[in-house]
Amino acid sequence: MLGLGKKDTSLLLVVVALTMLAPFILNPFPSDSAMAQFNAGYPDLMQRFVIFGIFAIGFNILFGLTGYLSFGHAAFLGVGSYSAVWMFKLLSMNILPAIILSVIIAGLFSLIIGWVSLRRTGIYFSILTLAFAQMSFALAYSVLTPLTNGETGLQVNLDDPRVLGVSATADGSIPVTNLFGLEMRAAYDMAVGPWTFTFSAGYYVCALVMIAAFYLSIRIFRSPFGMMLRAIKSNQTRMNYTGLNPKPYTLAAFVISGMYAGLAGGLMASMDPLAGAERMQWTASGEVVLMTILGGVGTLIGPVLGAGLIKYFENIFSKINDTVLHSWFAFLPDGIEDFFVSIIHPFVGKGWHLTLGLMFMLVVTFLPGGLVEGGQRIAKAFRKKEDDKPKSPSTEPAE
Amino acid sequence: MDVFLTQILNGLDKGSAYALIALGLTLIFGTLGVVNFAHGALFMIGAFCSVFLQRLLNMSYETIDPTKTDFLGNPAVVKTPYVESWFGPETGAAIIDWSVPLAVLFAIPVMIAIGFIMERGLIKHFYKREHADQILVTFGLAIVLQEVIKALYGANPIQTPAPDSLSGVAVLAEGIVYPVWRIVYFFFSVVVIGAVFAFLQFTTFGMVVRAGMADRETVGLLGIDIDKRFTLMFGIAAGVAGLAGVMYGPINAPNYHMGMDFLVLSFVVVVVGGMGSLPGAVAAGFLLGILESFASMTVVTEIIPGINQIIIYLVAIIILLVRPRGLMGRKGVME
Amino acid sequence: MSKTNLTRRGVLKSGAVAGAGVALPTIFTASSAAAYTNEPTGASVTLGFNVPQTGAYADEGADELRAYELAVEHLNGGGDGGMLNTFSSKELKGDGILGKKVEFVTGDTQTKSDAARASAKSMIEKDGAVMITGGSSSGVAIAVQGLCQEAGVIFMAGLTHSNDTTGKDKKANGFRHFFNGYMSAAALAPVLKGLYGDDRKAYHLTADYTWGWTQQESIAAATEAMGWETVNNVLTPLASTDFSSYIAPVLNSGADVLVLNHYGGNMVNSLTNAVQFGLREAQANGKNFEIVVPLFSRLMARGAGENIKGIVGSTNWHWSLQDEGSKAFVKSFGTKYGFPPSQAAHTTYCQTLLYADACQRAGTFNPCGVGEALEGFEFDGLGNGKTLYRADDHQCFKDVLVVKGKENPTSEFDLLEVVEVTPAAQVTYDPEHPMFAGGQLGSCNAG
Repeated sequence: MLGLGKKDTSLLLVVVALTMLAPFILNPFPSDSAMAQFNAGYPDLMQRFVIFGIFAIGFNILFGLTGYLSFGHAAFLGVGSYSAVWMFKLLSMNILPAIILSVIIAGLFSLIIGWVSLRRTGIYFSILTLAFAQMSFALAYSVLTPLTNGETGLQVNLDDPRVLGVSATADGSIPVTNLFGLEMRAAYDMAVGPWTFTFSAGYYVCALVMIAAFYLSIRIFRSPFGMMLRAIKSNQTRMNYTGLNPKPYTLAAFVISGMYAGLAGGLMASMDPLAGAERMQWTASGEVVLMTILGGVGTLIGPVLGAGLIKYFENIFSKINDTVLHSWFAFLPDGIEDFFVSIIHPFVGKGWHLTLGLMFMLVVTFLPGGLVEGGQRIAKAFRKKEDDKPKSPSTEPAE
Repeated sequence: MDVFLTQILNGLDKGSAYALIALGLTLIFGTLGVVNFAHGALFMIGAFCSVFLQRLLNMSYETIDPTKTDFLGNPAVVKTPYVESWFGPETGAAIIDWSVPLAVLFAIPVMIAIGFIMERGLIKHFYKREHADQILVTFGLAIVLQEVIKALYGANPIQTPAPDSLSGVAVLAEGIVYPVWRIVYFFFSVVVIGAVFAFLQFTTFGMVVRAGMADRETVGLLGIDIDKRFTLMFGIAAGVAGLAGVMYGPINAPNYHMGMDFLVLSFVVVVVGGMGSLPGAVAAGFLLGILESFASMTVVTEIIPGINQIIIYLVAIIILLVRPRGLMGRKGVME
Repeated sequence: MSKTNLTRRGVLKSGAVAGAGVALPTIFTASSAAAYTNEPTGASVTLGFNVPQTGAYADEGADELRAYELAVEHLNGGGDGGMLNTFSSKELKGDGILGKKVEFVTGDTQTKSDAARASAKSMIEKDGAVMITGGSSSGVAIAVQGLCQEAGVIFMAGLTHSNDTTGKDKKANGFRHFFNGYMSAAALAPVLKGLYGDDRKAYHLTADYTWGWTQQESIAAATEAMGWETVNNVLTPLASTDFSSYIAPVLNSGADVLVLNHYGGNMVNSLTNAVQFGLREAQANGKNFEIVVPLFSRLMARGAGENIKGIVGSTNWHWSLQDEGSKAFVKSFGTKYGFPPSQAAHTTYCQTLLYADACQRAGTFNPCGVGEALEGFEFDGLGNGKTLYRADDHQCFKDVLVVKGKENPTSEFDLLEVVEVTPAAQVTYDPEHPMFAGGQLGSCNAG
């Protein structure tokens, strides 16, 4: 189907099903139960899952296939966001032109940085990309403030021109981002017994874009171009000797992944029209590296899983405070309750970083291939008998 | 002219910290081939060794002084450090005053032990793994170490002042005054760097390690257990990072995220110096320190606004484009 | 470790009502059935406390959170009531807000605009918060204020000192109790003149981002108006940790005052470096060299240790104030936590009370009604004397404290002494003042 093999088709269908049903899957607990704290099915977090998924998928096209580790990919995401917000300020609140511009600008930006950085390989390449991204961040925070609004971040204002739209709505507020009239913040609540499921327009736009991005990445992985990129990773010298110049291929991969980052940045600004400089900081670049490695480098689905897990920790674990803990253990006698609360306390709320760090160490120590390997092991345990079947090509790490 | 001389002093001083951290990082890169993202955390733990010692020396017993009141109007609690009651108020106060130099003695065994534990307990299992996995595990470790320190000491900086006799300024020449402790820091780093080089250059042990850095396989074939020596090198690298941290305390008050602040910078320094080259790392540390100081001068920022924000990265890009392997990098290391 | 006054029965009960309260969060929708975003329908109302819990400002965030928890306790009738007893408005009876029990959710801003907005959004979308408050940097406050305006909830700013928060980035749904850069400058200038004379040459070191610039602009304008000369203004990168290369040229520049427009970690490091270079003892132009730190905080002063002695700056509030409101607050905070509150804790506690009181007076949680109740509201008894919430820009006008690092502190909390309480009239400015012009409040948004 769609030019994909059988395995890839089923993987794509799984991803489609997961993203389309996400409002149900991510809200497993009734909203009045104590476990509702772990529900992630609210629009903002669901949008973040798929947007960072796109970012990680794109990063994986470069890192997973060619082995070039870029430490400055957040710069492209940031540039994409700034372009999108400028479109909202100058043109209209329609997200389509904004996203198109952010992909183009991020593509151009990555072309320049990639062209320079790809003169070097290995750690030298990583440091070059890092240096470019840190320069972008430092300048966006200070001297480029007229363009980026510095620390505060670029926002849409009431007095922006918006030549194809309105500066302010009739009731004096800033117009909201939309796709030909469909407001991104529009949402529909469905109450089923004690459960509440929220269907957000913005989320479904992001999800459709991610499915398209995922499909494109499968096609790239399976194409001759993808094969060429894998060849660069396994032995560049040999490629040179066979008379092939790897540079155009790596540069193409770099620009494609930069455009993915720009797409993610544009979508992020479309869901929430603000672009801050810290999106370009090295910690943000490091985060996408961690997402990819955590999920499984070179696998198709891994980076999306990694992105989801890190964002889940950031948004859910950081909100568990002592009051919540006490309400969980309220059924226990007071002394034992306090005991449990004091044990869990350091790992949640303000200690969520600690849990994240421990998780990194545990995953990489016991699952060398990331979360995807964990999934494979579980799957293997279930179908031990038909072990002679070939491994799913979709989840095999690229060599 | 005075201005230039002062900025060179500042550069040497900044460079000392960069060079010390980069030196340890290169030892781990060059000897073990491990990308250690927890190196900044080791620097931070070093600085907190002196915080720990300071707190230890200030351990006090409490007496209630009814003549004074605290902020709620209750009788105030007066604290007297145990060292003052054991050694007499004057000796005790002197010991507390010298807590940072004392922390150097305390930090050496602690940091080497931490290095050993890290290498044997964790890093050892990652030698044969991909660099990506090493990044993830050491980054995770860095976060954990940082959070533990935050849980113990809070997020705000904690002052670890230099001894009174070393905390003033020295008049070096007409119009040039410079803080004594910063001069101490510079000479301290020169001594540490010199000691590491001498150790590698003039001892049999160092010779074997250098041989192992150049060609690990051949040294192994000669029947030398290179792994054991590499464990010790990890301990030394951790020790150097820790010493850099202890002595840095009086310059800037330690806080739990100071390691992350230095982490990226120290990677840039190492790579600019060239992978696998110890002299390269030291030279790059001082070079970037001095250039950073010059870039912050008003005369420079007036010509190019914002240059002080990006100078280090700009220089790194230029050097890496002109010299493919940094200042003194060896061919084939992490390329 | 954890300090709570919860009883098991209370938790069970409150858990049940909280559940009923958030059963149907209404989200952003224009077509939603509720009259406004997150209209509380159950027996409780949820407030969102969004503070930095990780990163460089985690200690400020922790103190803000303590104050919020204390405020919730007092609103629900627990504890000794704190400033509820001294507050000039007597609407709040200790039975929650409008008879609804006050619940809260917390989140981590990480002092990053993106993370702060994500956290605030989750409070609005998932937990049904009807008001968001907190923050400890202006970038975050302005970003979250914009979000609350779009979402249709009230934002009660925490620690944000930039002129822009109630200047060019002001929003109808956003309110600030804390003072700002202009007020710091207006309060400091006369005191500086009194202490150091009117013939001084000032050298500014300024953090190179929005807050630093507005702070520097305000101070330079105020000091120049009384005769000082600004010799130089040097911008320092936010990421700087070592300021030696910026401090070293100061002594030979002909200046005799150093103004450090830095906050947080930057301030601790630049001040430490300045003292290291002997500036506090130095002489220039035949006068004693002086250092000024326009925005002081006790928590940061603690980080700067001995270096703070004798240095003049301004602050929103200090625990040593002797008015009834401050004494009541220090007493209930100190009894609960064992140490005095910081200015961050004070402003967030006040904001929570002010919000609750406005709801009570308006008779609704509707942001437009609450906003109207806050606009032009005059009150007293919250530790800063008579205070006005100005309708034009949603900024509080109250007395500003000029403080000085204490030479002989009697305890680890006793670091600052109040030099002067500058009356509100002296720091009041025109809403169209050039430093604040350019923005519009817009109209209130109820979702």
